[in-house]
Amino acid sequence: MGQIELKGVTKSFGDVQVIPPLDLHIGEGEFVVFVGPSGCGKSTLLRLIAGLEDVSGGHIEIDGKDATDLPPAKRSLAMVFQSYALYPHMSVRKNIAFPLKMAKADQATIDAKIENAARILNLSDYLHRRPGQLSGGQRQRVAIGRAIVREPAAFLFDEPLSNLDAALRVNMRLEISELHQKLKTTMVYVTHDQVEAMTMADKIVVLHAGVIEQVGSPLELYRSPRNKFVAGFIGSPKMNFVEGAEAAKHNAHTIGIRPEHINVSATEGAWKGTVGVSEHLGSDTFLHVDTEFGLINVRGGGEIDLHAGDDVWLSPDLSQLHKFDAAGLAI
Amino acid sequence: MARKISNRRKIIMTVLAWSIGFLIFFPILWTIILSFKTEGDAIKTPLQVLSSHWTFESYALVQERSNYFRHFMNSVIISFGSVILALVIGIPSAWAMAFVPGKGTKNVLMWMLSTKMMPAVGVLIPIYLMFRDWGLLDTRTGLIIVLCLMNLPIVIWMLYTYFKEIPSEILEAARMDGAGLRSEILYVLTPMAVPGIASTLLLNVILSWNEAFWTLNLTAAKAAPLTAFIAAYSSPEGLFYAKLSAASTLAIAPILILGWFSQKQLVRGLTFGAVK
Amino acid sequence: MSTHASRAAARLMISPSVILLFLWMAVPLGMTLWFSFQRYNLLMPGQTGFVGFQNYEYFLTDPAFFTALWNTLFLVGGVLLITIIGGMLLALLLDQAIFGQGIVRVLVIAPFFVMPTVSALVWKNFFFNPVSGIFAYIANFFGFPAYDFLAQAPLLSITLIVAWQWLPFATLILLTALQSLDSEQLEAAEMDGASIFSRFIYIMVPHLSRAATVVILIQTIFLLSTFAEILVTTNGGPGNASTTLTYLVYVQSLLQFDVGGGAAGGIVAVILANIVAIFLMRMIGKNLET
Repeated sequence: MGQIELKGVTKSFGDVQVIPPLDLHIGEGEFVVFVGPSGCGKSTLLRLIAGLEDVSGGHIEIDGKDATDLPPAKRSLAMVFQSYALYPHMSVRKNIAFPLKMAKADQATIDAKIENAARILNLSDYLHRRPGQLSGGQRQRVAIGRAIVREPAAFLFDEPLSNLDAALRVNMRLEISELHQKLKTTMVYVTHDQVEAMTMADKIVVLHAGVIEQVGSPLELYRSPRNKFVAGFIGSPKMNFVEGAEAAKHNAHTIGIRPEHINVSATEGAWKGTVGVSEHLGSDTFLHVDTEFGLINVRGGGEIDLHAGDDVWLSPDLSQLHKFDAAGLAI
Repeated sequence: MARKISNRRKIIMTVLAWSIGFLIFFPILWTIILSFKTEGDAIKTPLQVLSSHWTFESYALVQERSNYFRHFMNSVIISFGSVILALVIGIPSAWAMAFVPGKGTKNVLMWMLSTKMMPAVGVLIPIYLMFRDWGLLDTRTGLIIVLCLMNLPIVIWMLYTYFKEIPSEILEAARMDGAGLRSEILYVLTPMAVPGIASTLLLNVILSWNEAFWTLNLTAAKAAPLTAFIAAYSSPEGLFYAKLSAASTLAIAPILILGWFSQKQLVRGLTFGAVK
Repeated sequence: MSTHASRAAARLMISPSVILLFLWMAVPLGMTLWFSFQRYNLLMPGQTGFVGFQNYEYFLTDPAFFTALWNTLFLVGGVLLITIIGGMLLALLLDQAIFGQGIVRVLVIAPFFVMPTVSALVWKNFFFNPVSGIFAYIANFFGFPAYDFLAQAPLLSITLIVAWQWLPFATLILLTALQSLDSEQLEAAEMDGASIFSRFIYIMVPHLSRAATVVILIQTIFLLSTFAEILVTTNGGPGNASTTLTYLVYVQSLLQFDVGGGAAGGIVAVILANIVAIFLMRMIGKNLET
């Protein structure tokens, strides 16, 4: 249970086509992340799957059955919203029970499922509270609890962590990953944060202007991005791009090299530059180096003792060099 | 940051504001005072009135002679009935316009408001004749219908501005959770909008309670609410100041109290959200 | 953001109110329009028939019409003038730091909740009455003869009653607008060297003008249909001295049973009200976009 198939799906708002024809297969039990900059159509795509928006063309199949015209409630999907969308007038218990009530489950089943969900999510002590009395992380867990009890074919997450502070976000990321390990249910997760995508996904779908740029496992995307957009979007800090004569030396229109694949030396190397800003994080050092090709970001070890104004030599690791043609496609 | 304001200035302003407030409130206060006097005392000079003795006899007389309670019940039934009916019709409409807005939504809203601008005299005759033919003259049902339609645009507008403040994600969550349209409106939207619905109810009850064109023209005796009950005092016989005061106090007291609770909503409701 | 299903549901949900309001507006208005071209007097049931614009001719050339038109303008204009200026001053006063602000506010707002029949009778009997009214008492106290307000200045007296009822509304709205003014704006102006007077003229007045426009337009709509205050105080008299357009139509149709003539007057009133309404709708429509 939990296969989703998009076939030639398109979406237009008025005359504006936000998603040109798109095909995608989401396998059973997969954790799929839609990632892309804001306005790339990832949330729209999720809402199409959920049934909160109509597709303008194409078909959506869930577990082999055509779900294109089914209302959201009939698609056996559950969704966790960015704002959590908890019902403020209901206690946590009632929030979680709501989908079961709507499905006309009997009281014994409802109680059992709530207890179970509350145990999994550590909510047992809060069941009588209202959402307004909970912290951000707890609200998030209630929203997930409400999704779990429906035992859906797949979970849909719409940027669920973006309203949490940084520390909590890391925790919840782990919790959601653990939940996926435990439940083995298909999850479709939308985020603009490539770190979330890299850490959580089995499969990442990179979207740009409504178009799928690349689909693959996190490491596939990291190692062999299909084009300049994916190369630039995946990985942090961003990949450095160099054009012109230097790229021509490698028979490419543009070459790309990740900050972590550049060696730094005070005395010798391929490219000469001056340190603009150096950020010492302890474990790592990020250097922003001005070179004749423009600004190059470098990620070095924590021990590098370089500061603004120092001259440095940079040597890219040629085995990790990415080459792109004039259209931005990887060679 | 509040600055320190000189005490002298604050005292002067306080005295000024309290004096003006007292003057504006005085007609109501005087009415209340006269209602506790005998007819003979009520027409004396103000100082004599204040020093004369206090009594409840006017209230008893008012109830006995003109059956205040029946008119009061008419007012309650007509104003609450018309507004509750308007809410039942208006909540689904406001839901539709707030959460499924289309290209025409704004025009529909403006058009609804425009029906409110139509002066009542323009349709007095047809309504009067229709009511006569349908036997609705001097019935509570008739007035409930007319006042419901009178208030419907304001009801929908107020609900609309309140609904707009509810995030649509919550309704979508309900839809994902398997709620049908009825459950969505009944179990999720309505409970969340209770404060807004309550203010809408309150303000429109006040407007209906005080409505004095249709209530005067379409009722005679049976269904006459308090507005008409008081109007009967415009051509009285004998001494009537104390009785008029008692009747007036009884007619305005309930709504005065409701009104003070609804000050804030009043602004928002009557300006259709233009001033908040 | 929606689906076909929810849009269909929305149309269904909206239709009862649209249909009801449409019937409520179109049917009686259509009938009024029809009657206005008919000879139709309830006292003369036999004589009916199409008379063209005759009813309008009678209504518009009747000297009572011009008196009523002038009276309506006087009433509406007078009340607006008093409530806007008074409301502005009161709002400024109530916005000051004073003791017991909440209570003063409650006192000032109270008249708005008094039903028109009550306020008219209270003023007529307890204040304007030339024998036992408080104004007569005050006049006598200072050695002046009592003034019979409703006989000698009926229109002005009614204007005062109605202004008393609407002053709270204007005050409340202007006060709300005043309190929504960002105090940092005023402080910035003060830092820029603006005096109290220029701060009022350049910052407060523009900020209040929108609220004031709303007050004017909404009050106009309600004031055009002022009825009960006239009915219980003067019955439009003496003569036609306090007859407004609304009251004239009422007299013609329900007291003289001239349905045709009353209908013509009703249509004239609708047209006049619509002129005001167009301005109001524009105001609110603009606000809807922001």
